[in-house]
Amino acid sequence: MGKVTGFKEFGRKVPSYLPVEERVKNYDEFVVQMPVEEVQTQGARCMDCGIPFCHTGCPLGNIIPDFNDHVFNGKWEAALKSLLSTNNFPEFTGRICPAPCESACVLGINKPPVTIKNIEVSIIDHAYAQGWIKPTPPPYRTGKKVAVIGSGPAGLAAADQLNKAGHLVTVYERSDRLGGLLRYGIPDFKLSKKVVQRRADLMAAEGVTFRTNAEVGKNVSVEELKAYDAVVLAGGSTLARDLPIPGRDAKGVYLAMDFLRQNNKRVAGDTFTAEEEIKSTGKNVVVIGGGDTGSDCVGTSIRHGAKSVTQIELLPKPPETRTVETPWPQHPGPRMLSTSSSQAEGCVRDWSVLSKEFLKDAEGNLTGIRAVRLKWEGPKFTEVEGSEFIMPAERVYLAMGFLHPEHSLPDQLGVEKDERGNVKANPKDYSTSVPGIFAAGDMRRGQSLVVWAISEGRECARSVDAYLNGGVTRLEAKAKSLAEVSA
Amino acid sequence: METRYPLAEGLYDPRYEHDACGVGFVVHIKGQKSHEIVAQGIQLLVNLEHRGAAGAEHNSGDGAGILTQIPHKFFAKKALDAGFTLPAAGDYGVGQLFLPLDKTEREAVRALFVKCAAECGQTILGWRSVPTYNGDVGESVKAVEPSHEQVFFGRGADAPDAAAFERKLYVVRKYAERTIRESGLPGAGHFYCGSLSSKTIVYKGLFTSTQVLDYFPDLTDVDFESALALVHSRFSTNTFPTWPLAHPFRYLAHNGEINTLRGNENWMRARESLLESKLFTNDEIAKLLPIIDPQGSDSAKLDNVVELLLMGGRSLPHVMAMLIPEAWEKDPDMSAEKRAFYEYHGTIMEPWDGPASVAFTDGEIIGATLDRNGLRPSRYQLTSDNVLVMGSEAGVLAFPPENIVLKGRLQPGKMFVVSLAEGRIIPDEEMKHTLASRQPYEEWLRKGKIDLASLSPSREIKQPAPETVLRRQKFFGYTLEDLKILMSPMVNGGEEALGSMGTDTALAVLSDKSRNLFDYFHQLFAQVTNPPIDKDREEMVMSLTTFVGKEDNLLEETPDHCRTIELPHPVLTNDELERLRWVDKNHFQAKTIPLVFKAESGTNRLEKALERIRRLATEAVQEGYNVLVLSDRPVDSDHAAIPSLLAVSAVHHHLIREGLRARCGLVIETGEAREVHHFALLLGYGASAINPYLAFESIEDMRRRKLFKDGLTLEKAEQNYVKAVNKGLLKVISKMGISTIQSYIGAQIFEAVGLGNAVVDEYFTGTASRIGGIDLATLEEETLVRHRFAYPSHEEEPTDIEVGGQYQWRQRGERHMLTPDVVHKLQHAVRTNNYKLYEEYTRLIDVQGDAPITLRGLLDFAAGEPIPLEEVEPAENILKRFASGAMSFGSISWEAHTTLAMAMNRIGARSNTGEGGEDPLRFKPLPNGDSMRSSIKQVASGRFGVTSEYLVNADEIQIKMAQGAKPGEGGQLPGWKVDKFIAKTRHSTQGVGLISPPPHHDIYSIEDLAQLIFDLKNSNDQARISVKLVAEVGVGTVAAGVAKAHSDVILIAGYDGGTGASPQTSIKHAGLPWELGLSEAHQVLIKNGLRSRVVLQTDGMLRTGRDIAIATLLGAEEWGVATGGLIAMGCIMMRKCHLNTCPVGIATQDPDLRKLFPGEIEHVVNFYKFLAEDMRKHMAALGFRTVDEMVGRVDRLKAREGVNHWKAKHLDLDKILYGMGKQVGNMHCCDKQDHGLEKALDWKLMEAAKPALESGKPVKATFEIRNVHRTAGTILSSNVTRKYGAAGLPEDTIHLKFTGSAGQSFGAFATPGVTLEIEGEANDYVGKGLSGGNIIVYPPKVSTFVPADNVIVGNVCFYGATSGEAYIRGKAGERFCVRNSGAEVVAESCGDHGCEYMTGGRLVLLGSIGRNFGAGMSGGIAYLFDPENKAPANINREMVDLEEVTEAEEAIDLKARIERHFEYTGSAAAKEILSDWKNSLKKFVKVMPRDYKRALAEMAAETMAKG
Repeated sequence: MGKVTGFKEFGRKVPSYLPVEERVKNYDEFVVQMPVEEVQTQGARCMDCGIPFCHTGCPLGNIIPDFNDHVFNGKWEAALKSLLSTNNFPEFTGRICPAPCESACVLGINKPPVTIKNIEVSIIDHAYAQGWIKPTPPPYRTGKKVAVIGSGPAGLAAADQLNKAGHLVTVYERSDRLGGLLRYGIPDFKLSKKVVQRRADLMAAEGVTFRTNAEVGKNVSVEELKAYDAVVLAGGSTLARDLPIPGRDAKGVYLAMDFLRQNNKRVAGDTFTAEEEIKSTGKNVVVIGGGDTGSDCVGTSIRHGAKSVTQIELLPKPPETRTVETPWPQHPGPRMLSTSSSQAEGCVRDWSVLSKEFLKDAEGNLTGIRAVRLKWEGPKFTEVEGSEFIMPAERVYLAMGFLHPEHSLPDQLGVEKDERGNVKANPKDYSTSVPGIFAAGDMRRGQSLVVWAISEGRECARSVDAYLNGGVTRLEAKAKSLAEVSA
Repeated sequence: METRYPLAEGLYDPRYEHDACGVGFVVHIKGQKSHEIVAQGIQLLVNLEHRGAAGAEHNSGDGAGILTQIPHKFFAKKALDAGFTLPAAGDYGVGQLFLPLDKTEREAVRALFVKCAAECGQTILGWRSVPTYNGDVGESVKAVEPSHEQVFFGRGADAPDAAAFERKLYVVRKYAERTIRESGLPGAGHFYCGSLSSKTIVYKGLFTSTQVLDYFPDLTDVDFESALALVHSRFSTNTFPTWPLAHPFRYLAHNGEINTLRGNENWMRARESLLESKLFTNDEIAKLLPIIDPQGSDSAKLDNVVELLLMGGRSLPHVMAMLIPEAWEKDPDMSAEKRAFYEYHGTIMEPWDGPASVAFTDGEIIGATLDRNGLRPSRYQLTSDNVLVMGSEAGVLAFPPENIVLKGRLQPGKMFVVSLAEGRIIPDEEMKHTLASRQPYEEWLRKGKIDLASLSPSREIKQPAPETVLRRQKFFGYTLEDLKILMSPMVNGGEEALGSMGTDTALAVLSDKSRNLFDYFHQLFAQVTNPPIDKDREEMVMSLTTFVGKEDNLLEETPDHCRTIELPHPVLTNDELERLRWVDKNHFQAKTIPLVFKAESGTNRLEKALERIRRLATEAVQEGYNVLVLSDRPVDSDHAAIPSLLAVSAVHHHLIREGLRARCGLVIETGEAREVHHFALLLGYGASAINPYLAFESIEDMRRRKLFKDGLTLEKAEQNYVKAVNKGLLKVISKMGISTIQSYIGAQIFEAVGLGNAVVDEYFTGTASRIGGIDLATLEEETLVRHRFAYPSHEEEPTDIEVGGQYQWRQRGERHMLTPDVVHKLQHAVRTNNYKLYEEYTRLIDVQGDAPITLRGLLDFAAGEPIPLEEVEPAENILKRFASGAMSFGSISWEAHTTLAMAMNRIGARSNTGEGGEDPLRFKPLPNGDSMRSSIKQVASGRFGVTSEYLVNADEIQIKMAQGAKPGEGGQLPGWKVDKFIAKTRHSTQGVGLISPPPHHDIYSIEDLAQLIFDLKNSNDQARISVKLVAEVGVGTVAAGVAKAHSDVILIAGYDGGTGASPQTSIKHAGLPWELGLSEAHQVLIKNGLRSRVVLQTDGMLRTGRDIAIATLLGAEEWGVATGGLIAMGCIMMRKCHLNTCPVGIATQDPDLRKLFPGEIEHVVNFYKFLAEDMRKHMAALGFRTVDEMVGRVDRLKAREGVNHWKAKHLDLDKILYGMGKQVGNMHCCDKQDHGLEKALDWKLMEAAKPALESGKPVKATFEIRNVHRTAGTILSSNVTRKYGAAGLPEDTIHLKFTGSAGQSFGAFATPGVTLEIEGEANDYVGKGLSGGNIIVYPPKVSTFVPADNVIVGNVCFYGATSGEAYIRGKAGERFCVRNSGAEVVAESCGDHGCEYMTGGRLVLLGSIGRNFGAGMSGGIAYLFDPENKAPANINREMVDLEEVTEAEEAIDLKARIERHFEYTGSAAAKEILSDWKNSLKKFVKVMPRDYKRALAEMAAETMAKG
C-alpha cells in the first residue's frame, strides 16, 4: 500500500514543463519526464484507502491504489498489468485527462493529492521504453465480424476489446488519419501524434483492420455494414455550438475544431493554400469558451505567434478553492479556477463577458468584438448597464462545446435518437433501437472526456461480445467481476 | 408439557441453553457416615445460593440437588413402611425416578420400566413414593412437577460383586430410558432416572438451593446418613422448567461449560460401533445405546461418557484424567510417564474442552478436578475432625478457625481425590503416578505412534506448470485481496493480517459473486457463559497436535489403541502430504478420493458427486484403508470440484451415520483453503489435516514475481505461512474457549447464514442455519460460475483473478454499504445541514432493490394507518435513545473523542468512553455549557482507568463482553500510541504497550457476571448497568442469563461494528448480523418473562431512520450509531485506524495528523437530528406515536416481495419475524431490576463511618463477615468519592476490621482513606479495581496451619487496581494482581499467571509463585523472595527480565514494604526475612518488564533534561 507514512514524508511532485519561451517554439510535448525513482517515491504517498475515492473518481475504474503500490515497490510489470486491466490507452489518458481521480484523492482533503496521472503515464511510457508492449494477437478467432464506426477514443477502445475477444474488427474512419479527436482535436504539444500512431499500429498488428477516408453513409455505403455481425457507432459528438450574433460572417471567426484540425494536419506535414489557411500569427486573438478546446486554441495561437490572446467566458470567474458547492471528492471542473498550461503561456482571461457583435471592416474582416459585462445572480445573469466595451480582434475561435453527433449516419441506419440529439442507446448494454447496432462514446452520451469515451468503448465492447456469444462475455468490465451472476 | 426444554420456537433453540453454578462437597475422609454430613451438605448448598439464579419468579430456581451414599439405615426403615424388606447394604440398588404426575400416565410408564427391568433380568424388590412438599416452589415449576418415586432392585446371582451389580443397573437404566423415550407413551417425557445405584443416590429438582431441604423431608431424617454429600446449585440462562437438568448427575456435578460438545458428541456416536467389553454382553452393549442422552445438557452428556468409561472398567480418577486432561503438551516439568499417559489417552479420545470444575464420586471415592485453565474456583479446607469441605468459594461452611488444619485450592488441571476406604486425601501427584504406571504407556507410544517426519519421503512430487496457476486461482475463487491483504502478511511476517472498522459488504448469500462456501459460515465465540482464552499469554494450555488414523474400542486399553499418526499441527506441506499418502507402516494405508465432477450445468452433478465420494469413503474404510485423503487436485477444464468444506463434512457425517467414522482419519487436499477461516472450518467439520496446495503454489508464484520482501526463500515463505495459519487457528479456537485443536475437530462451532435446510441437515448436520438459504443446485451453479471463469470456452488474453473488494471498496468488487457516494452525501448533508441531501444519502442505503447487502435490505414495512407527523413524539425524545459507540480515547484522538461526547451531550444522547478511562477534567462542564463527559463508562477486560471516581461519574456503566468486530478477543494498544495523556487516563506508563485480555478475568461464567454487575452497582448505585453482547446463535439464552444477572440494559451488537484494530478473520467471519441476534434476544427474553426488566439496545452498521425503525420493530428500544457519527466528523473509511495514520485526525494520536481533524460538534448534532427526524417519518407512516408502542412489533414487518436475486430468493425470514406471544405492554423495559443492594453489609459500614463521611473524623469499627457478604466496602467507598473526589480521605480515616470469611469482591474500588482489615480469609476478586484504599488480610490468630502454604484470598485479586496498598498474609490464588496498574501489594505466595498483564504498581511476594508468572506484564515491578531459585522456571520471560535489587534506595523501599507487612499482619515470613535482611535481599528476584524499564529511563532522561 505504498508506504504507510509516505503521505506524511513526501510532498507532491509533478514533472516540470519546459520554459514557456522554449516550448512555444514548436509543437512538441513539453513535459520533462521525472526520473523513475521519483515517480516511485510519489507512489509512496498513496494511502491505499479503505474507500479509494480516486477509483470512483476515475471513469474507467482504474484500480489506482494497486498500481500506486506496485510503482512504489518498483514492480512496474505488476503495475502495468493492473493498469491495462481497466484502461486500453493509458498513454492517452495519462497525458490529457483532467484527472478527476486526483480531485477525488483522499489525500486531497487536506494535502496535495497523489500524482495519479503522472504515475499512470509513467507506467505505460516505461512499459513502451522497456519493450514490454508488443503485439499480442488473440490466439483464437470467433469468426464473428464487427464494424466500428469512428476511430476516436471510444471506437479504438471498443475495437481493441473486441479484437481481444477474438472477433474480426474493422474500424472505419472518415479522416485521412486515425484517432478522431485524439488525432485532430488535441494539439500535438499535449498529445504527440506519434503516441496515437504507435497505438494504432499496435492494434493493426494485433489484427484490427483500419479503413481511413471511409465515411460510412457517404463514400462507404451503409449496405456494406450488413456483412458484419455487429456494428458499433462511435462517431463522437462533432456538431459544434455556434454563436449566431451579428457579424458572425466576419472573416476571421472560426470554429475551434476547424482551427485545431488544420494545425494538427500542418504539424503532420500537410500543406494548405492561403485561402484555406487559418493562422493566428500576428493577430489579436479572442477565444470564446473556457474549456479544454479553448485552451488548445490559446496554446496553438501562441505557437503561431499571435499578437495577443484573450480568452473570454460567459460565466463568472470561479473561486480559486473548493466551496460548499464543490466539496471534495467532486471534480470541481469549471466551478473552480484552474490554469491550463496553454493559458500559462500568456493569455488574458476575462469572465462574465457576453459577446454582442463581431465587428468587421469593409472587407468583411473581423476587427473586434462588441461585448458587455454580466452580473450573475445564481444561475441568472443581467447585463451591467453601461459596461459595453470593444475588444480588438482579428481572429475569434469559437470553443463553446458541441451539440450532438451528426445525424446523417444514424438516420440512414434508422437508429433512434434521444431528446438531446444523441444516438439513443440503453445505458446498460449500449444497444440502440436497431438490433446488432451499438453506440458508445460522445455519440451516445454527448460531449465528454476522452477517459469517458474509452470507458464507453470498453463497456460497449463487452456488451457486443455477449451479444455475439449468446450472453457470455470474457471481457473485463468496470464494475463487474467476471465471476458473478447478476439478477 | 415436556419436562425437558421447550421446543424450538422462532429464533429460540433449546440447544443453546447454558448453565454455570456453585458446586461443592462435604466428606468425612475416614468414611464415617452421619446425618451431620448430609446436613452440612445442605447448608453448603444454602450458602452457595448467590451463585445460583432465579427466573422471572423469585422462587423458581434453576435447579439444585444433593448426591449422597445410599442411606441404608433410612431405607431399611422406609422399605418396611412400604411393605418390603431390604437385604444388606450393598445388596440392593435404588433408582430415583421422576414419573408423570398423572396417575394413568404414571402407571403406564412404570409398567414399561418394570418390563425393561425384567428384560434385563433384574428383580424389583419394591417401590417407594418419595414424600415432597412443594409449598414454596414457584408456579411455573409446579406446573411441570413430576412424581418422585424410588425403585429398589435386589442383587441377583448374575452380579457376583458390587461392580457387576452396578453394571447390571446401568444397563437397566439406559435401556429403560431409551425404551420409554421412544415409546410414545403419554407422559413419557416426564420420565427421568436421577440415579440407579447400589452406592449412591441423587435428590434434586428445579429448586433454588434453599428449597431442597423443605421439598424432600427425607433429607431431614436423622437416619439419612452418608459419609459424603455432593451438592450443586444451578444458574441457567433459561427459566424453563427442566427438572432433569438439575445437578448432580449420577457421578458428577459440574460448574462450567463444555465448549467442544458438538464434536465430543459426534465422536462418541462414531465410536459406538466399536464398543466391546468382556464386562458386558453384546446384547447389553446394544441396550446401552445411545451412550449420550440426546436431550441432556453438556454436563449430563459428560456424565454419560464418564459413566460408560467407569462401567467399562476404568477408575473414576482415570476417567476424569482422560476426559479433562492437564495441559501436558508444553509443560517441561511433567514426568515422562505422566506425559505418556496423557498422550496415549489423547490418541483415544479428544479432551472435553472448556472451563470446568467437576466434582465427582462413585460413593467410594470423591474428588474434584479443574480444567487445564483453572477457570473455575475451587477451594477446600480440612478440619481436625476429618471433615473436608470443597466448594466454589471459601467459607461456605463455618468451622472454628482453630479446627482448620489445611486450606487450599484446586489448581489448573489438577485432581483432588479422597479415598474413603483409605481414609485419606490422595494428592494429585500420587494419583497421577498411580494412573500413569498402570501400563507401559511410554513403550506403547514408542511402538504405536508414528511421527509424520519418520515416514519415508515419497518420490518427487510433480507440480503443475507455474504459468497455469491463474486458472486454479480463478476456479478456487482467489482474489487479488487474498494475495495482497491476507497472504502477504502471513508470508512476510508469519502474522495474520490486521484491519480496522467493521465489515459492510453483502452477506455471501446476498452477493452477486460466486463466493466460496466458507463465506456462508460465521464463527461462534465465547461470551459470558465461558471465557475465551488468551492464546498468546497463556500459550502453555494451547495445543495444535492432531492425530490421523483409526480409533479403537473405548472400553479396552491396548498397545494398538495408540497406533496413530501424530501431526504437530494440522497444516500439511505438499511433501508431508505425500509421505502420508504413501504411508505403509503399522497397518496404515491411505486412499485418495477425487472430489471432481463433470462441469455441466443443470444436471445435478454435484449431488451425484457427493453420493459417489460418500460411497467411495465407505468402501475404502470397509476395505481397511484408515486414512482418507479427499482431493480436489484433478480439477481441469472438464471438471469442477465439490467445495472442499462440503466434501469434508459430507463424508464426516456420512461415516458417523454408518458407524465407520472412528475407523479412519480424514485429510483434505484442497486448492480452496488459504485463509485462517477456511482451515478452521475444515477442521471444525471433521478434517484432521489440510494440505492447501494452491496456497503454496500461489506463494511460490508471488515469490517468483518478487511480491514479497527481498531474500525470502521458498522454504521460509511456506514456513511463515503455515505459522500464521496455526497462530490464526489458535486464535479462532481460543475465542471459543477451546485449547486444543484435537477437540476442535468436528466441533462445528459455526453458524451458517444462507444455506438451505436440506443442505445443512444432510451435509452439515447439527449446524444452525436459521434463515434457510440456497439449495445444492444453487451451490453447484456458484461453483460452475467460477469454473467457467477459470476455463473459458476459448482461450483469450488471460485476465487477472478477481479484485475481491471485501476489504477495500472496489468497483468490480463486492457490494458495500459504505460507498464513496454514501460517505460523500452524508458529509455534505451534515456540513450544510441539508435534510434533502441527507435523504439522497438514505436512498443510497435504504433502497437495496435486487442488490441487497443486509438482511434488513430484504425486509419491508407492513402498511399501517399513517398519522400526521406532528402526532409523533418529538425528536428530543428519540434522540435520548441514541448512543454513540464505545471508542476509546487512544483508539481515536482527543479531538474526535471530545467532539463526539459534546455533540451527544448537546442532544441528550449518550457517548461512551470506550475502554480507556476518562480524564477527570472532562467531568466538569465547560463555561459555554458543553460537556465533554461521556455518559457511558465502559468496563472492559483491561479495566484501564476504571477507578471509583470514573465509575461514580457515569450515568451508565457498560460491561463489554464482546465486540462485534472481534468477539472473544482482547486488544492491544501498542506502546507508540500511548502518549503522556493516554497514559494518564489509562493509569499506565507513557510508551508502554497495553494489553486487554480476551476474557474479563473476573467473568468466567454467568454467575461471575452477576457478581461484576453487583460490584458495579455498588460502585455507583445511580448508574444503570449495561452488558454488551455480540449476535451469535444462542445469544438469546445468554441475554436471558444476563437479565437474570440483573443487568439493566443489554446491548446486542452486530458482527459488523467497527474496531480500531482486529484480525481480518474476525472482522469478516465472527459473529452475526444484529437482525438475527436482536430478534433472538427479544424473543427469548419474552419467552422467559424477562423482557420488561431490561432495556434492549442494538448496534452495528445502523445508518438511517429505516434501519432504526426496523431495529425497533425487532425489539430494540435504544440504538447505537457510531460509524455514522465518525463519518459526520470527517471519517472517510480509510480503514487504517490500526496504523495511526488516519489522514483526517480521527483514529490517530499523531499530533500532525490530529491538527487536520475537520469535525465539528454541529456536524454530529445534525447527523443524529436527521436520524431522529427520519425515524419520526417512518413512525408517522407506520402510525406509531411513541417508540415504546413500536418496540417489538414484528407484525409490522414483512419479507420484501419480488426480490429477484439468484441466491437471496431462497431465504426465509420467518424466524426473525416470529412474534413470541402477544404481550403488548411489556415488550419494552417497564420494570426495574432488583439489585438487592439493600441487603449489603455496607449500609452498616456507612452507619459506622458516618462521622468520617460527614466531617472527615477518623472512625474504627469491627464487623463479622461471611461469604454471603459480597463486595464489602464498595458502596462506602463510592460515597467517599462522591463527597471527597478521587483524593478521598486521609489514610486510615475509616478503618474497618472484619472477622470471618469475606465474600467475593471484598474491597472492590476501595478509595483513599478506607482501610479494610480481615482476620480470616476472603474469596475471589479481593481489591478488584482498588482505587487508593488499603486492604489487610491475615488468618485468624488462633489458626494452627502455616499461613504461607494456605490459601487465604481467592483468584483474580487486585484485578485492574489503580492505586492503594494491600498486605496479604497467606497464599493467593491464580492471576494475582492481574492487570494491576498501581496498587502496591505484599503477599506470601500466589498461584498461576501472577502479575499477568500488569502495567504498574509493585508486588512483593515472600514465597513461591505458580506457573506463567508475568505473562503480558508490561509495567510495574514484582519482587519475589526466592531462596531456592525456583522462580525463574515459572516466569514467562516474553516481556520481562529478571534482575537483582542493587540500588540502595530500592532496597530501602523494599525493606520498608516488608516491614509494613509485618506490622499489619504479623507475618512470620516477613519477620524471618527481615531478621537477616542483608542475606535476604540477595535472594530477591526482581521481575522487570523490558518496555517499562525503557520508558522509566526515558522519563528520567526527560526530567533530567528539563531539570
